[in-house]
Amino acid sequence: MDQPYESTAHADHEHKPHGWRRWVFATNHKDIGTMYLIFAGVMFFLGGAAAMAIRAQLFKSGMELFDPGMYNSLVTMHALLMIFGAVMPAWVGLANWMIPMQIGAPDMALPRLNNLSFWILPFAGTLLLSSFFVPGGAPAGGWTMYPPLMEQFGASFPMVVFAIHLLGISSILGAINVVVTILNLRAPGMTLLRMPLFVWAWLITAYLLIAVMPVLAGAVTMLLTDHFFGTSFFNAAGGGSPVMFMHIFWFFGHPEVYILILPAFGVISEIIPTFSRKPLFGYEAMVYATASIAFLSFIVWGHHMFTVGMPVAAQLFFMLSTMLIAVPTGVKVFNWAATMWRGSLSFEPPMLFAVAFLFLFTIGGFSGLMLALVPSDYQYHGTYFVVAHFHYVLVPGAVFAIIGAIYYWLPKWSGRMYDMRLAKWHFWLSVISVNVLFFPQHFLGLAGMPRRISDYAPQFTDWNMVSSIGGFVFGASQLLFPYIIWRCIRSGKPAEARPWEGARGLEWELPSPAPYHSWQTPPSEAVLAHGAEH
Amino acid sequence: MNRARLGKLAGTVWLAAAAGAVPAAAADWGRINLPRGVTNVSTRIYALHMMAFWICVGIGVVVFGVMIWSLIFHRKSRGAVPDVAMVHSTKVEVLWTAIPVLILVGMAIPAARLLVRINNNTDSQLSIRVNGFQWGWQYKYVGTNVSIISKLSLSSDAASMLDSGINVDRVPHYLLSVTHQLVVPVGEKIRLLITSVDVVHSWWVPDLGVKKDAIPGFINQASFIINPSKTGVYRGQCTELCGRGHAFMPIVVRAVTPAAFKAWLKRKEAAGKSAPAGASASTSPGVST
Repeated sequence: MDQPYESTAHADHEHKPHGWRRWVFATNHKDIGTMYLIFAGVMFFLGGAAAMAIRAQLFKSGMELFDPGMYNSLVTMHALLMIFGAVMPAWVGLANWMIPMQIGAPDMALPRLNNLSFWILPFAGTLLLSSFFVPGGAPAGGWTMYPPLMEQFGASFPMVVFAIHLLGISSILGAINVVVTILNLRAPGMTLLRMPLFVWAWLITAYLLIAVMPVLAGAVTMLLTDHFFGTSFFNAAGGGSPVMFMHIFWFFGHPEVYILILPAFGVISEIIPTFSRKPLFGYEAMVYATASIAFLSFIVWGHHMFTVGMPVAAQLFFMLSTMLIAVPTGVKVFNWAATMWRGSLSFEPPMLFAVAFLFLFTIGGFSGLMLALVPSDYQYHGTYFVVAHFHYVLVPGAVFAIIGAIYYWLPKWSGRMYDMRLAKWHFWLSVISVNVLFFPQHFLGLAGMPRRISDYAPQFTDWNMVSSIGGFVFGASQLLFPYIIWRCIRSGKPAEARPWEGARGLEWELPSPAPYHSWQTPPSEAVLAHGAEH
Repeated sequence: MNRARLGKLAGTVWLAAAAGAVPAAAADWGRINLPRGVTNVSTRIYALHMMAFWICVGIGVVVFGVMIWSLIFHRKSRGAVPDVAMVHSTKVEVLWTAIPVLILVGMAIPAARLLVRINNNTDSQLSIRVNGFQWGWQYKYVGTNVSIISKLSLSSDAASMLDSGINVDRVPHYLLSVTHQLVVPVGEKIRLLITSVDVVHSWWVPDLGVKKDAIPGFINQASFIINPSKTGVYRGQCTELCGRGHAFMPIVVRAVTPAAFKAWLKRKEAAGKSAPAGASASTSPGVST
């Protein structure tokens, strides 16, 4: 028998600080990854609480719970918390945990930078959340922060700007770390085109982050100087243009959408082959498709603003470039389907979430294609049809992929198995309720309900009630998730090194739980081959 | 067995909860699609929308069909043996890149044609300036002294207050009625010149197929011709978040015959002249829903 990992018995693996020092001064990729995931979890539930409040307000027509200003704050904070607090940090947490293990490295390349990029987050999150308690309340201009509206929110406005600066710095540092790690710490023999798809997806995502986070920082800084220092970047009365903000924001905003979803593509490309017991179909096509999507993401931003009055030529360009994204995205979906084809499928919780991703993300892709057609977009823009579209790609898309990834790698992290039955309950409750929650929102949008309204005409009540019930069930079901993880860590049955029969990749060549410094000696070519061929 | 029964029970509870939540009297389940609308453009948008929808359904049937086939027949529990040699095929990669491109071209051509047509704002017979403000709309008929301030109707406004105690189902056109409607003639090309005096708003009437942002410092154009047979009242809302009152700035367009419009405009002009300077006809109180 091959003994791929030889240094588990070395005492130096346990050479780590204890107590609070281990976390505050953390430089270990696993500890930092864990903190990222816990932070993301906390933010997910806070953002989820805001979502529950929104769905409660919209349960029926007629102002019921919150005043419209508070409602707008909830909508704004829900988006900011979910995007910057939950999904992005969750992906960085997964990158921290998995990239070193998957490329045969002992840790991330820049451990102290890693510590800094994490520890910025709690402060940024606190700053953002504390804006609820300043005069005038939390910002209520939507996560898009369009001026001049955004400048109408007193004390909370600079707090949000600074929180975004901090979150942006954290993301950039995290992204630099990922790039440096992947390009420099790969084990000998781990060529770029042998890397797992999750690593590829993250490499590309990291470049997107480095490219666009400074753009967002610039946009919000100009907002800040407009408001406090008398500049007129976006102030029409001073010769500026509110439309310029929209262009800059969406030049950041569209790649941002792919920052949220590309790592999900990576995760799905890991899980589906494992539980199909068959290698990924079209590996190279998948890599090129991911890169194409990333490139295209920079030239489609105008599709968020078809109604602002752009020239026809610009609208045509953005329509065609947006439609083009359907091609590489389609290639990915087809390759996943081909991976399952003539496989030997089994449906453990990670696979259940991955299959749901495949179907529901594709539905989000369909509505995206419909939205790309400018004349139709004139009708869809700013309605619940758009809300349904982006929640389909982000909730059963990005969030399901994160949940699936955690169910996939948790045995490796903790060395223990979780309660499969309970996890399947978590899945079925989630997948049914998420559709009850978001599918009717397509109807509402088409029937004429604008998004971001705190009250609506009675004819929209029926589907809003259905949507709210779905929302409450979905929200409650997510409470199972931390419980399942907690039980797993406390009292789960020991997990094998390769708990999933069909799993491939270097991480499964390590024992479970994985040693503190993942690969102290680079895996040999034999181990690499064993990991890939298993 | 026990598990199956539990699942069934959960399903029943689920359905009961969903059904119980639906007030049978107010059910309006039919409203799940775009309206065809009353202009040539809105009808063509509807057709484009339905074409895109059915193409997506078609692709969905094929792609989901293949996936569902695998989920059913290629499962380990059925003794399926994985075909581990099936890892790559340049032929199918080229095929499933090329076919979508063709489908997309097929969708893009009618969309581009319609787009060019919608953005043609020349040859209008009537221009109306639309000013968005927090929270309502001002309409000025170009070349006349007629100006209308259109805000949420008083009955909706009262009912929309927190703890108003008013049952909104009894308020006529709750949140979709205004103090003063925009009156336009059918059969004529009407051009809107849209801007805002404060923050960004968006003027949308689904039945007209018009949505355009109202942006301070910009004058956007949009135009529509209501089919001559389609006199009536068409309702819409602001579709760009504009602060506390975003949900409360509806748009109501009343389309009348050209003759009726002329008479209405004449009446308004006369009323405007007799009123003291600065005050327009619209400032007089009145409720037209």
